[in-house]
This record gives sequence, C-alpha cells and structure tokens, in this order.
Amino acid sequence: MSKVRVLVGTKKGAFVLTADGKRDKWEVTGPHFAGWEIYHVKGSPVNPERIYASQTSGWFGQVMQRSNDGGKTWEPVGNKFAYEGEAGTHQWYDGTAHPWEFKRVWHLEPSLTDAEEVYAGIEDAALFKSTDGGQNWAELSGLRKHGTGPHWQPGAGGMCLHTVILDPKDAGRIYIAISAAGAFRTDDGGATWKPINKGLHSQYIPDPNAEVGHCVHHIAMHKSRPGVLFMQKHWDVMRSDDAGDSWTEVSGNLPTDFGFAIDVHAHEPETIYVVPIKSDGEHFPLEGALKVYRSKTGGNEWEPMTKGLPQKDCYVNVLRDAMAVDSLDKCGIYFGTTGGQVYASVDAGENWNPIVRDLPAVLSVEVQTLA
Amino acid sequence: MSCVRVELPQHLRTLSGAGREVTLEVAGVVSVKTVLDALEARYPMLKGTVRDQGTQQRRAFLRFFACEEDLSHEPMDAALPESVAQGNEPLLIIGAIAGGTARPAIRASRRRRAGVRGRSRWSRR
Repeated sequence: MSKVRVLVGTKKGAFVLTADGKRDKWEVTGPHFAGWEIYHVKGSPVNPERIYASQTSGWFGQVMQRSNDGGKTWEPVGNKFAYEGEAGTHQWYDGTAHPWEFKRVWHLEPSLTDAEEVYAGIEDAALFKSTDGGQNWAELSGLRKHGTGPHWQPGAGGMCLHTVILDPKDAGRIYIAISAAGAFRTDDGGATWKPINKGLHSQYIPDPNAEVGHCVHHIAMHKSRPGVLFMQKHWDVMRSDDAGDSWTEVSGNLPTDFGFAIDVHAHEPETIYVVPIKSDGEHFPLEGALKVYRSKTGGNEWEPMTKGLPQKDCYVNVLRDAMAVDSLDKCGIYFGTTGGQVYASVDAGENWNPIVRDLPAVLSVEVQTLA
Repeated sequence: MSCVRVELPQHLRTLSGAGREVTLEVAGVVSVKTVLDALEARYPMLKGTVRDQGTQQRRAFLRFFACEEDLSHEPMDAALPESVAQGNEPLLIIGAIAGGTARPAIRASRRRRAGVRGRSRWSRR
C-alpha cells in the first residue's frame, strides 16, 4: 500500500509526518535538530530514503544534514559555500553597493536522476551544486555573473534564491527565482543564464517593467509540461506558456493576489493552488479567514476551498516553500502555517484537516509519495 | 602538547555528540585559533559554527570567555591565559543574549564573573 511522508521544516526543528495511502492517521516524529531553523527538507526522487535538510542558526551559521533512512537518522555533511572568484557586490536596500555574503541555504533541490546530486539555493543569492551527497558544494557562478547581479536587491526576507526547478524532459534546463531579482533560466546546465521576467509588472520598483528587480515569491511547474510555469509574485499570480520567456497575469477573481505559496495538482496540469494573503504589509489571510484558492483553468477563474480551515480569527501566514502535493489518486494537498499547523486535503482541496496543530512556525513542507 | 578544556554551548554539544566539556590536545601556542583548529579536527561537523570558514573570524553572536575575562575581541592567535593552557580553567564558548538552552549552562557564580545578569543569556527564545 502506498505511503506518504511529509517533511516539515520549522523555526525550531524538522518534523516527519507519515501515513498510509488513506492519509487519515498520522505518525509525527521530531523535532530533529531541535532549536535550529530548518529552512527546507527535501527527499531525492531517485532514492526517497535519501533526504537533505538545511539547518541554520543566527548563532552557529549553516549546517547541512542528510539522511539515508527516510529521516530516522541524520549525518552532518559539508557546509562550506564559497562564492567562486571575486564575490563582487549587489545593491543594498538603500541602493548602495553591498558585498555578497553567504548567510543560509533556503532551498534544496535533489537531482531527478542521481541521489548524490543536489542543488542549493542560498542567501545572498547564488546557486550551488553538490555531486557527492552534500559533502562538497560548488557554485554555478554563471548565474551570479551573467551581468545583472550588481543590480539585484534583497527583499524583506533577504536576497534569497528560494526556488529551483529542474526540467524533467531537458537535463540542461533549470529555472530559479530570487527575491527581489526575479526569475532566471539556464538551458545548458547552469553555465549561462538569462532573466525571464518579461511581462512581470511591479509598481514598487523604479521601472515597473524592468528586466530584473521583481520580487518573485515562488514558481511551480507540472512535470508533464515543463514549459508551463505558474508564479506567485509579491503581488500578482502569473503564468508562462513559453518556459518563462513571457508572462501573463492570471490573478482573475482572486480577492487579493498577494501571497507566497503556489503549487500544481499532481494529475491535472491546469489545476493550481494559491493561498491569498491580505497584503505586503499585513501577512495574514483576508478577514481572518484562511482560504486556499483553486483554479482548474490554469488561472483567472478561482474558487475558495474552505472546508475544515479556520474561517475566523486566523492570522497566520503560509510561506513560499510551505505547500506541496502528493501523487496519490486523489491528489493530496498540504500546507503549513506560521502558526504551526500543517493542513492536509486528501481530495484535491475540497476538505481539509490539520495533521498537527502546534508545531513551531512552519517554514517549508515537502511530500514524498512512497510505494 | 597542552591539554585544553573547552565548554561548548548546548546546540554544538548536540551537533557534535560531545559532552559539555571536551579536552583537546593542542600543539604549540595555545590560542583561540589553535584550540578551534583542534576542536574542528576532532569534530569536523563544527566547522563553520564557531568561526566563519572563509574569514576564520568568530561568528558574531558567539563569545569566548576564560578566567573571568571576555576574550572575544582579542586576536585569534593571542596566547590564552596560562591556566587555560595548563587545563586548570576551561575556555568557554557561549552564545550571546539568548542561547536556547533549557537551564543555565554554567554556574551562576561563573555567570556573575562573566558579567551576565539574570537568566536572559540562557533563556529560551
């Protein structure tokens, strides 16, 4: 029987939530790395028992962990992230030049073909890769040095590379996103990169249609259509049908198009999910009612999914990496909140139940569907 | 060869699997640098957690204490007090302000000597 494993990173440790295919009874283990911020935990699609975790602390810096037994036990691996060559400068909040400085790993993306390969998106924004299971890390510096890097600025959460998407049909193609620089694509495995922000419009930057400078919050893709991308920007939900070469807004009837998380149904490539958040100044749901919005038309037409979610006095946020889907039939949708709840819907969003209610603030949620 | 005692903050004990206090053999001049070299050689998972792997500078929210002195701003290669080099007193590595440990990591008297008031340094976040 199928099994589901939910990997949760929180402000104070990692948790592993497991259930059988019914997804109605959950076992919770953790906290792993208690007291540390766990920005992201993600398993290898090649070997699901191999899991990588980013463990970080304002006091003790960055530690990288990996597991070879599905998250039961862990071992620290390499944590040296050295920018290649001269680090150079990017723009600081006030527009002055500021040296690139490593702060933490935001996102881990295990390779689709090799369990020993894994990418790391870091702050200050850069993409690193390990080919030895996380022991050693090398920068794919073509991204940072392609030309626009000196113009990148941090978003409120820092200048983080938070999204890494590997194209399952083209080994050379990778998409990444940076707050607040925008989205970028390589077609040659990371040697060369180009901004893919045409069509994005951000009123809060000097040139709203600039090549870079957009605060992209997250991007999602369905593996059957790697050229179709869905984006939750700072404001605006966007889609691209040409691998990011151009974007159109699909916010449609959303009550607010600010938000962080976005994901795609495992079996329906035009069914997408977002969690609208009131505004950039008020990071909680509109009117205290937590609603997932689903579009079955790839955007523009949205419906609120509320059954089982708190519809009053709810003032949590759902962060960019805190939503994921399983690949069971029916598709399970999961998201975690800054209030410590992890909600699951085992019917594609129609009904929701909390798996856990009282974890530390959730930073990330990933799901593994196990045979 | 000197036998140097080092007290670790709780999170680094957990990460390394070491106890509160570790004893390290240090060759040559006993300084923060040579002690950390020995610590990282024994416990490689601690690389980068006390000092930056690139600059080799102390991480901003950690402090070094020994013999009732705050040595955090001394040069990393300055000789530590003789009583540390002889193993009579430990070198303390302490997380600043809020250390995340459930109970005081060192005795109250030592906290007073270190100039720490109340429990705030050890209180949970």
